[in-house]
Amino acid sequence: MTGKDLPALNIADLQSLLRHREVSPREVLDVLRARIESVDGKIDAYLSIDFEAAAKEAEKANVDLPLGGVPIAIKDIISVAGEPCTCASKILHGYRAPYDATVIRKLRAAGAIPFGKTNMDEFAMGSSTENSGVKLTRNPWDLSRVPGGSSGGSAAAVAADEAFGGLGTETGGSIRQPAALSGVVGLKPSYGRVSRFGVVAFASSLDQVGPLTKTVRDSALIMNAIAGHDPQETTSLNQPVPDYTEGLGRDLRGVRLGLAKEYMIEGIDAQVKAAIDAAVKRMDSLGAEIVDVSLPHTDYAIAVYYILATAEASANLARFDGVRYGHRAENPKDLLDHYGRTREEGFGPEVKRRIILGTYVLSSGYYDAYYLRAQKVRELIRQDFAKAFEKVNALISPTSPVPAFKLGERTDDPLQMYLADIFTSPANLAGICGISVPCGFADVDGNRLPIGLQLLGNALDEARILQIAHAYEQSTDWHRARSPIAETLPNA
Amino acid sequence: MLKSSDLDVAYVAKLARLNLTDAETELFQKQLGDVLKYADKLRAVDVSHMEAAAHAIPIFNVFREDESRDWFTAEQALSNAPRQANGLFIVTKVVE
Repeated sequence: MTGKDLPALNIADLQSLLRHREVSPREVLDVLRARIESVDGKIDAYLSIDFEAAAKEAEKANVDLPLGGVPIAIKDIISVAGEPCTCASKILHGYRAPYDATVIRKLRAAGAIPFGKTNMDEFAMGSSTENSGVKLTRNPWDLSRVPGGSSGGSAAAVAADEAFGGLGTETGGSIRQPAALSGVVGLKPSYGRVSRFGVVAFASSLDQVGPLTKTVRDSALIMNAIAGHDPQETTSLNQPVPDYTEGLGRDLRGVRLGLAKEYMIEGIDAQVKAAIDAAVKRMDSLGAEIVDVSLPHTDYAIAVYYILATAEASANLARFDGVRYGHRAENPKDLLDHYGRTREEGFGPEVKRRIILGTYVLSSGYYDAYYLRAQKVRELIRQDFAKAFEKVNALISPTSPVPAFKLGERTDDPLQMYLADIFTSPANLAGICGISVPCGFADVDGNRLPIGLQLLGNALDEARILQIAHAYEQSTDWHRARSPIAETLPNA
Repeated sequence: MLKSSDLDVAYVAKLARLNLTDAETELFQKQLGDVLKYADKLRAVDVSHMEAAAHAIPIFNVFREDESRDWFTAEQALSNAPRQANGLFIVTKVVE
């Protein structure tokens, strides 16, 4: 092991080297910094990096803790004390978080070093990271394509070996979809499993924080650190946290996996479908029983999602008024002018679009027709999953119907972009957990583009989907494949 | 459910305290019209027997002890304010 090879390591292997004092946290940080300096000009995964603060943390890191000395990249929607937290929005340009989010406090308690804030769609609104108000992030497998979104910065950083692991957030698929498109592992925990305290709110009944990692084991290691009850967050579940690594290594005998016929839609890319079919066969050969199930209200999920998420967003983003923090319009002639121009100047197009839609569906005369009806259909979607999980341990599907698309390909058609969440948003509506793991490649224009397999588990059943994902992962070589840019070594 | 053509982007933008250019208003009118047309499919669902779900996993009555805790100072709370004076946020004048 030379310093040059360090960035390719996963968290578990890196932590083992740290624990055995074969490398120091400071050396790891230096190597990672060199790696970022050599490749991030091509990827643009990071918005800000505070090397000095991280170096101080590294000097006092306790490498005997589970994540001791491991740098973790943080989506720029999560508060890290003293660091920028811009949500990739002009309206938060210059803002610095006054405190640590609970997930950051917990990562630190497990020995990890938050290192670098990653790019995202502005306020997490998007599926390609193209809605960032700062810059575009590129897919490490093909620089002309999107990394997925909204946690595209964290996903791309991990895929390009410029992060050992990262935190993302999800509202409708923003961890799992970029994980699939960038060829990494992404876990969305059940609603309430991980505290949202200190995470800038998009849609509060849907938002969750979760890990983006190179392996399933790393995902379990981060979950061990960040899951659990937080008295500062009222939707946080007061339920015991298992050791998520405990079930890893078990085979799939006795596991029942559901295939929902409603997920076999037209519009799934042929190479994606072939990869999923092969993965199902693999699960079967590993001992799982494959069962047909039905989720009859699936077709309504995107409509429900975009009504509820925009409604909640319009309320949450009302706080950006140019008084307590963030951008403020110059020389307003009165208070309405102050609000109207502050928000016009600060928000980007997609955020404006969603504020308008959300305000509309909540407005007098339309509330019952859109918002209330959507909440009721949401309950039907939740019941679909509850019934399915009476028959099976997990559901299996593609994460995204297509591999990474070209930069600019979908930006003019919001509805088309919204449909990217078709397999992921139902889990957010139902509050259940889901994971995306690499399951193959599509050959497109001479490039290999990663494909993601999604496993959905019942609420609080993260340990189960991690176990199944791990068994699948370990039976394949997909997680060992490295993006072309990851194969280029740093100039160390 | 009402027809999506009921959406008046210029009016809703006023409700949202969000100025839009004429070009944005026109573009959003079309794009969000498409999205609302797509959402019309929810009309087909029978929800007459359904309760609305505000949260997927409901929790009720979350209490904590009513006692003071260490938290950030007024100075920290003001640290990101675009305009402040005497330990206070400065707001645009609301009365003549």
